[in-house]
Amino acid sequence: MSSEQAETVKIIHIEPRDSHLGLDLRELWAYRELLYFLTLRDIKIRYKQTAIGVAWAVLQPVVTTAIFTVIFSTWARFETGDIAYPLFVLSALVIWLFASTSITVASNSFVNNANLVTKVYFPRLIVPFAATLASLFDLIFSVAILLILMVYYGVVPTTQLLLAPIFVILALVMVAAFGTLLSALTVRYRDVKFALPFSLQVWMIASPIFYPVSMLSEKWRLTYAINPLTGVIDGFRSSLFGLPFNWPIIGVSSLSILVLCFVSVVVFKRMEDDFADII
Amino acid sequence: MQVIKVEHLSKQYAIGGSTHNTLRDAVGGFFRRNSAPALQIFSALDDISFTVNEGETLGIIGSNGAGKSTLLKILSRITKPTSGSAEIRGRVGSLLEVGTGFHNELSGRENIYLNGAILGMKRSEIESKFAEIVEFSEIEKFLDTPVKHYSSGMYMRLAFSIAAHLEPEVLIVDEVLAVGDASFQKKCLGKMREVGEKGRTVIFVSHDMNAITRLCDRVIWLKDGTIRMDDEAKKVVGAYFHEQANLGAERTWEDGDSAPGNEYARLKSLRVCDENGESIQTADIRRPIGIEMTYQVLKTGKVMVPNLHFFDESGTCIFASHDWDSKWRTEPRTVGRFTSTVWIPGNFLSEGSIFVGAAVTTYEPLEVHFVEWGAVTFNVIDSLDGDSARGDYAGLMPGVVRPVLRWENE
Repeated sequence: MSSEQAETVKIIHIEPRDSHLGLDLRELWAYRELLYFLTLRDIKIRYKQTAIGVAWAVLQPVVTTAIFTVIFSTWARFETGDIAYPLFVLSALVIWLFASTSITVASNSFVNNANLVTKVYFPRLIVPFAATLASLFDLIFSVAILLILMVYYGVVPTTQLLLAPIFVILALVMVAAFGTLLSALTVRYRDVKFALPFSLQVWMIASPIFYPVSMLSEKWRLTYAINPLTGVIDGFRSSLFGLPFNWPIIGVSSLSILVLCFVSVVVFKRMEDDFADII
Repeated sequence: MQVIKVEHLSKQYAIGGSTHNTLRDAVGGFFRRNSAPALQIFSALDDISFTVNEGETLGIIGSNGAGKSTLLKILSRITKPTSGSAEIRGRVGSLLEVGTGFHNELSGRENIYLNGAILGMKRSEIESKFAEIVEFSEIEKFLDTPVKHYSSGMYMRLAFSIAAHLEPEVLIVDEVLAVGDASFQKKCLGKMREVGEKGRTVIFVSHDMNAITRLCDRVIWLKDGTIRMDDEAKKVVGAYFHEQANLGAERTWEDGDSAPGNEYARLKSLRVCDENGESIQTADIRRPIGIEMTYQVLKTGKVMVPNLHFFDESGTCIFASHDWDSKWRTEPRTVGRFTSTVWIPGNFLSEGSIFVGAAVTTYEPLEVHFVEWGAVTFNVIDSLDGDSARGDYAGLMPGVVRPVLRWENE
């Protein structure tokens, strides 16, 4: 062994259980290339063997927006201010579709990658993270449609637009935390697979996607913001259309995301050691 | 220098009973914690301690269920021990399976990067070895073809080439050489020996006693989760075979689930018999010996070929025989129970203990439905009547076979 190598020799300790609760971020960083290749793989294979391929990423937001527009601007009407209803819906759908697909894919990620988990060591967090990051790819398409629609409706962007990425990142953090939590639970409890589609439907209705937050009476708004999507979607909309930010709502939702992250890490750490044995 | 230090390692699994598999069970279990049925605890590894020095090639042998895989999984950090600890100096590369994480839809090139990253290689490392990997695997022309169009041989070659270019300080290899064609296997064994000679530490699990004695300096024999023996390779392999000799010439696997096999086929029984079909433990060297294998085909759709391997006491494979003349050579098996018997002619095997390995294999794509090494054993006794190969000579006769040959005298 050369002296250069000797300096970098790492000693691996194998012990029954990790006593500390923290995440080994340094190790996660060391495996960043694996995260990159797994994300790349997930993107590459997502639309393989589909007839229309990536068009799915375009079709989903477009069709959903069209349906909502037909329903909610003909039969039921919501007050959306100066913003055209399709634009109002699409701005939320961009976030929602990303969240729902990403959470669905991430929650199944361990089961789908069982062969990796039982045969190779790597920080397990990479699996749901890769699934989440791969879903970001679809987001590019829906954001592109959103921008086209904004130009079409003549929306003049304000400097607030620069804050929009912050809400996308907030959404990403929420989705990663949620996806990670569910991925760990799915390994042990396959119930998650059945409960998830139903829960997502409820969540969608409970989020300000096809109606504005202002529809709720003032005193309920903060409670409503415990749903982390409320702050994310509302903030995203405000930055797109130059509306005043509702900081208390964004604050409560952010706090909610923080709690979610914490719960997710605790549950994940408790369960990950057994993955290979019970998957 | 010690590279691996394993101290009092144990691993227990809860089997049967109620492992919470659905939320309802978990919630229910929470409320009636006291009345929950007790789990059966199965000890896969029980208080294992050993050390491995730098540059050593350590072999691990033992029958199925002895704890070999569990030990490898713990050392590879895939699963955690229940108690005890282990310490490894340096980067660990583990190869518990060839082609882990290969994706059928991706091209050979893409899979090289993906699989390399999965095995723990850095991107720069993969790039610098890319040409070498491609050359070793002999798939240059198909580099940009999705691997789903590869033949099983090409697939294995590519997968092994990537793994073979992994250069960790400690390499852990499970039975991965049992696949691929003979010439490629040879190439792989050569590559592994090279790794050993470069001063890297290798832990190698195999049922192939030939490979074990050729590659390893030292062998640990695991039995029922404990170390039965830890010594020089030849000594351990000899002792292992010696103990297997007590297995008997007839065995039946009563329980369908624990019998060797997979979803397609399971071994039911094996026995050694004479030409009249009577079970025997000891065979006369001059008489034909039959090995009768009964197996259950559980799922149709595969062409299955039963095959038997014969080993002598030193672990040398004397020969292997595949059922080459039945109609099932080309026809997919139907569901049901099959019995295949191979006849070894008289005056062929040498005297001593013979160990039989039984397997059922599908060739294309290669799939071993089960392989049970040292499944049964029998003894061959030479005659002193003067009508066998030894004639009237009563002394020691070497050789793994003892045919009666024609001699011409002028």
